[in-house]
Amino acid sequence: MIQVENIQKSFGEAHILKGFSTRFVKGKTNLIIGTSGSGKTVFLKCLLGLYTPNKGKILYDGVSYNSLEEQEQRDLRQKMGMVFQGSALFDSMTVFENVRFPLEMFTKQSKLEMDHRVEAVLKRVNLDGSENKLPSEISGGMQKRVAIARAIVTNPKYLFCDEPNSGLDPKTAIVIDNLIKELTEEYNITTVINTHDMNSVMEIGEKIVFLKEGFLEWEGDKTQIFQAENQAVIDFVYSSNLFKKVRAAQLKGL
Amino acid sequence: MRYLHQIGAYFLMLKRVFGRMTKPKILRKLIFKEVDDLIIGSLGIVAFISFFIGAVVAIQTALNLTNPFIPKELIGFASRQSVILEFSPTFVSVIMAGKVGSFITSSIGTMRVTEQIDALEVMGINSINYLVFPKIIAMLLYPFIIAVSMFLGILGGYVAGVQGGFVTSEQFIAGLTDDFTPFHVIYSFIKTIIFAFLLATIPSFHGYYMKGGALEVGKASTVSFVWTTVFIIVVNYLITQMLLS
Repeated sequence: MIQVENIQKSFGEAHILKGFSTRFVKGKTNLIIGTSGSGKTVFLKCLLGLYTPNKGKILYDGVSYNSLEEQEQRDLRQKMGMVFQGSALFDSMTVFENVRFPLEMFTKQSKLEMDHRVEAVLKRVNLDGSENKLPSEISGGMQKRVAIARAIVTNPKYLFCDEPNSGLDPKTAIVIDNLIKELTEEYNITTVINTHDMNSVMEIGEKIVFLKEGFLEWEGDKTQIFQAENQAVIDFVYSSNLFKKVRAAQLKGL
Repeated sequence: MRYLHQIGAYFLMLKRVFGRMTKPKILRKLIFKEVDDLIIGSLGIVAFISFFIGAVVAIQTALNLTNPFIPKELIGFASRQSVILEFSPTFVSVIMAGKVGSFITSSIGTMRVTEQIDALEVMGINSINYLVFPKIIAMLLYPFIIAVSMFLGILGGYVAGVQGGFVTSEQFIAGLTDDFTPFHVIYSFIKTIIFAFLLATIPSFHGYYMKGGALEVGKASTVSFVWTTVFIIVVNYLITQMLLS
């Protein structure tokens, strides 16, 4: 579980995160949503330890990142997996080498053990057969799956995803969303996903945190979001025509 | 003020390069890859340019020897001096700033744009050490390139001078060995080692700290070439002032 207490982050005069608390539940897919400029990315980078909050605490299973020594911080980071918006695969490495990279870096496993683990993870994300391809030779959806495989290969306790289905067609996006949800349950990981995709919210929003202008405006789950009274949430959720029709039908009691 | 900030950032980057080290097993692989990309991959162009520039130096020296009292041995002497003292260490380094420097800036810049550097940082890896340190180690072999350049430059001068009928083989070799100062070779290799460090680190700095997208990667490569060249030329002057005057 990740617990956030009164987090504040500023860059010079610009106050990005203005003080809020929340918690991200273990074994569930936790979504951070909000419009552009709401502070989602800065919040995610704080959770990853890339930015240090000016005030407040982030507790990873009760341990505050900022109270740790440098080596302990690095050890904690190695328990985190990250799926970047653009996949961020190392383009000089094959799919297999990309997934094996964290094992080579941080474990003392033998080559055989590493290879077995990589094969198992690639099979889990349905990528067996693409091991020797370079990232440039596979589709965007496959790249996302490689990124997920690389993120989970070390059995992380925390998985962070930055807009994991951006740039993907709706069908592939749902496949990726469901894969993340399945892996979260299977590995019992605390997963935090940064998104503004309402389809993802509908698919995997087990815990949703809605940010607006650096404040936590609303939190709940995917069923509660459609009954939310908060105007900012209503504006966000019903910004697309499809969801406007859903809203209109709801108001009519259909 | 901006330049001071940049210089400060460059030295801070150097501090991080030699900070927390990447696992030796991984570093070894990276170093071999960099040797292949930066050193082996540059041999062809350096050999080609050196041979022909050496040839041109010999021909131009020969064509300017209009006074019959000046011995023909001067062609071999001038080829040796210009190739060893300036052409190979300095001008090959400027060419390398274009070839290797642009490659380093664009490859690291692309990693920045595509979040690959962020991925390394999130994993708890010292990304500057991972990316820059292997390049510095690989560039320790740069004097080998310069030695090849010196040899081929002088060979080019010999071939052009003798085959062109400007000088006999004996005269060229006599000029080549006449008044040879071994310290000139040492001076050249001292320069080469310093240029190698600049060639590895200045383009890395411009790639690592670039911001933006694909267009900015191109701009960063150009800026990196300009600054690497400027520093090579300035450092060349300072070392020459210190060691030869």
